Amino acid sequence: MDGIMSKNNSEYLIERNDNIYEVVIGLEVHAQVTSNSKLFSSSSTKFGAEPNTQVSLVDAAFPGMLPVINEYCVKQAIKTGIGLKAKINNKSVFDRKNYFYADLPQGYQISQYKYPIVGEGNVILDMPEGQKYVGIERLHLEQDAGKSIHDIDPSNTLVDLNRSGVALMEIVSKPDLRSPDEVNAYIKKLRSIMRYLGTCDGNMQEGSLRADVNVSVRIKGSKELGTRCEIKNVNSIKFMQMAIIYEANRQVDLIEEGEEIDQETRLFDTKKNETRSMRSKEDAHDYRYFPDPDLLPLEITDEFIDQLKSEIPELPDDKKKRFIDEFKISPYEATILVSDIDTAKYFEEVVAKMGKNRDMKLAVNWITGELFAVLNNKNIEIAHSPISAKNLAKLINLIKNGTISGKIAKTIFELMMDGDIDPQIIVEEKGLKQQSDPIALEALIDKIINDNREKAIEYKQGKEKLFGFFVGQAMKASGGKANPQLINEILKKKL
Amino acid sequence: MTEITSLSLFELIKNIKEKKISSNEAAKSFVDRSEKSKKLNTYVTENFENCLKLSKEFDNKPNFDLKLPGIPIAVKDLFCTNEVRTTAGSNILNNFVPSYESTVTQNIWNEGGILLGKLNCDEFAMGSSNETSFFGNVQNPIAKNLVPGGSSGGSSSALAANLTPVTIGTDTGGSIRQPASFTGTVGLKPTYGSCSRYGIVAFASSLDQAGPMSKDVKDSSILLEVISSFDKKDSTSIDFKRNNYSSELTRNIKGIKIGIPKEYRVDGMPGEIENLWKKGIEYAKDCGAEIIDISLPHTSYALPTYYIVAPAEASSNLARYDGVKYGLRSSGESLIHMYEKTRSEGFGEEVKRRIMIGTYVLSSGYYDAYYLKAQKVRQLIKKDFDDAYNKVDAILTPSTPSSAFKIGEKSNDPVSMYLNDIFTVPVNLAGLPGISIPAGRDKNNYPLGLQIIGKPFDEQTVLNIAYSMEEKINYKNNITDWWME
Repeated sequence: MDGIMSKNNSEYLIERNDNIYEVVIGLEVHAQVTSNSKLFSSSSTKFGAEPNTQVSLVDAAFPGMLPVINEYCVKQAIKTGIGLKAKINNKSVFDRKNYFYADLPQGYQISQYKYPIVGEGNVILDMPEGQKYVGIERLHLEQDAGKSIHDIDPSNTLVDLNRSGVALMEIVSKPDLRSPDEVNAYIKKLRSIMRYLGTCDGNMQEGSLRADVNVSVRIKGSKELGTRCEIKNVNSIKFMQMAIIYEANRQVDLIEEGEEIDQETRLFDTKKNETRSMRSKEDAHDYRYFPDPDLLPLEITDEFIDQLKSEIPELPDDKKKRFIDEFKISPYEATILVSDIDTAKYFEEVVAKMGKNRDMKLAVNWITGELFAVLNNKNIEIAHSPISAKNLAKLINLIKNGTISGKIAKTIFELMMDGDIDPQIIVEEKGLKQQSDPIALEALIDKIINDNREKAIEYKQGKEKLFGFFVGQAMKASGGKANPQLINEILKKKL
Repeated sequence: MTEITSLSLFELIKNIKEKKISSNEAAKSFVDRSEKSKKLNTYVTENFENCLKLSKEFDNKPNFDLKLPGIPIAVKDLFCTNEVRTTAGSNILNNFVPSYESTVTQNIWNEGGILLGKLNCDEFAMGSSNETSFFGNVQNPIAKNLVPGGSSGGSSSALAANLTPVTIGTDTGGSIRQPASFTGTVGLKPTYGSCSRYGIVAFASSLDQAGPMSKDVKDSSILLEVISSFDKKDSTSIDFKRNNYSSELTRNIKGIKIGIPKEYRVDGMPGEIENLWKKGIEYAKDCGAEIIDISLPHTSYALPTYYIVAPAEASSNLARYDGVKYGLRSSGESLIHMYEKTRSEGFGEEVKRRIMIGTYVLSSGYYDAYYLKAQKVRQLIKKDFDDAYNKVDAILTPSTPSSAFKIGEKSNDPVSMYLNDIFTVPVNLAGLPGISIPAGRDKNNYPLGLQIIGKPFDEQTVLNIAYSMEEKINYKNNITDWWME
């Protein structure tokens, strides 16, 4: 029986005729460096400008124009390398990768080939079954190409060179990933680290993060790598996962049919959900790499690296550890809170604003519960949250000190969204303060018991379910403002 | 009084500063003579009218503090000049007008120089006779149907024919020194990194270097002082302390040690070259220099190394001429077809040959055997010079293995053509400064040059030796104006 074995963990195995295959995945992620100007020219990198308005003579490869390295981009690459716990190379070299294409003005791409700026490192993934280390092979700097636009003019291809020369970091993983879930976690972790560092905004819609996906399959337990196919330029995590599933199954099918897998470059067709051959190994370009004679080797001193190390902010792994230690929250909660730098910032601000008598449990639940739901629904980034951390902290404190009930808090939360209103003001204006006066509540409960004598008797005879009925009646009578804990206590006493 | 056009740059500057000659008079003289010299085919693009206009403007508001006050100067057509067509001698850039200025030419205009026109050269500076230019052969004013050398052939011819007081060329493997030698003029290739490559159409980036060409050594020192500058726009430009080359110029070279490399006695070298070299050694001694025999053991590998490194870089540098952005575009049915047609029609035979050689030596499977090996040999050649400079201050060699040849004589024999650069190429590979000065004549009365090679950044010593020997040699070109009606 053919089928995909599904498990509760992130494992991805393919079963065919009693053979169990695992998939081996390596990623080459192209991350656009956050920088105002390009890698070798001073043109702007701003996204979304009119075509060909951010193009210098260097970007358009006019005769006699020469590249000059942008030091800021080099710093960004080194910072990213530090974030990947990788070796920073004191010497790296820019090579020319030669090929002809209309959107490649120089006829070559300047890229680091033999000697990248960053060497081996690793990234930790938090998977349901525990932590997983994914090796980083290297990180190198390179220029992006321009864009060929085929669908505006019916008979011509148009070229936009705004992107030409923009700095990219190519981050190459080792073939350590084993499932679409792990790929998801890996991309998100990389993105998270780079956003913490401010080296790449990770915006996949704008193409700031794309990946070439290398996929091969092998019988589970085998040590040898199968023949791989490279799926070029996939620009969303969902498509990466779909492409991997399609490609892995295609390869397993070929093996089961006794056929060979060709090492080739493939494209993922997002409409048909399939990968297609782009070029085989025989047709592979000969890029004729050689060191760019217009640029000197990049030499970086240890002092320079140390200086950058001192500028590195607390990264997700460390932050997670600190959250668990300092705030006594669960590893699962900590993982969620640190995954995005803005979420972590928000959480920490809430914690700070809650003051001495803080309630972590409430803070975590309100952020990951109510707030996330609202942000998701309205498709808003937490950095632009309609409720500020300060006011959410106030709301939580109002619950904590018994001023309002959790239920009322939800009503107030809804009202706060309309212009980030201080919850204290809402409580006062709408008179939503919780009733915690035991004498008033006793009178209220006495009346309810009196009005429902028969039910009270039934309860005393053992129909315990009716307790909830009395609580409900009491809450209703108080307009939801009664302190539920007190109601419980009084009811138990009276009944 | 002597004609304005036969004055040296130094004399011309002096006359202008003393208000004996106006900038406009100078411009008129050079424009007139250039107009009468079209048969030499030195100009690709004339800037005569504009030059006359600008010279008038200079005279109206003269600034005699400048180093080149109102001096008209024609330059090799490899330098991009703002709003003046720049072709690099190629059909593929036939219609190309830059919107920017090369640093070297900008330096000249900043010091008061005025563009006279753009001078013919071998296509993309690939050639030793100016015969590969899309714009045709250039005549050597020395004799009819004689090549002026190359690739800066238009520059050497215009200079020797007194169509420009000085000029600038570029030198990748000898393209300044060899044409200087062929025309009885002075040509200096500075240390790699001395003159900015920004805005110069690239041939081989790790070898290309701009330099002055002039009628005498003093003029070269004046021009070098203007064009050599540190430039952040060129990552290979070097920030070293540059001399005031012209004011520090001296004929006192007493005790300077000059090396004579035995490996430059190549097989089949004509006796007259050998004799010229011997005479040169005597002149150097007369000037007070000490002569020391040295060895540059890897000399014989220089030419093959050069013909791997230079085409490799060229094959990549010329990839940008694809018909997409500027320059020639031939129509094709597809992108690839358009590329093929554009580059087939746009490039000449020699350029195509070098693109093919370069593409081949960089190909996977051949890279290690050719390109990488050549880079290693290049280091050895450089080390030869480093070792020699522990013993000597400069090196004296012939500039070329022969005098100028007839147009067409070698154009179908690329290897024989490449051999022209045998004495100049090692200097580019090692990134050193080298000058060619006229030193004698062959049996046909064609000029022959001697080359002085210096330590890195030591252009001053090179110039001083040349200046000193120049006086002893006392060479004068004998130009008959045969090309004029």
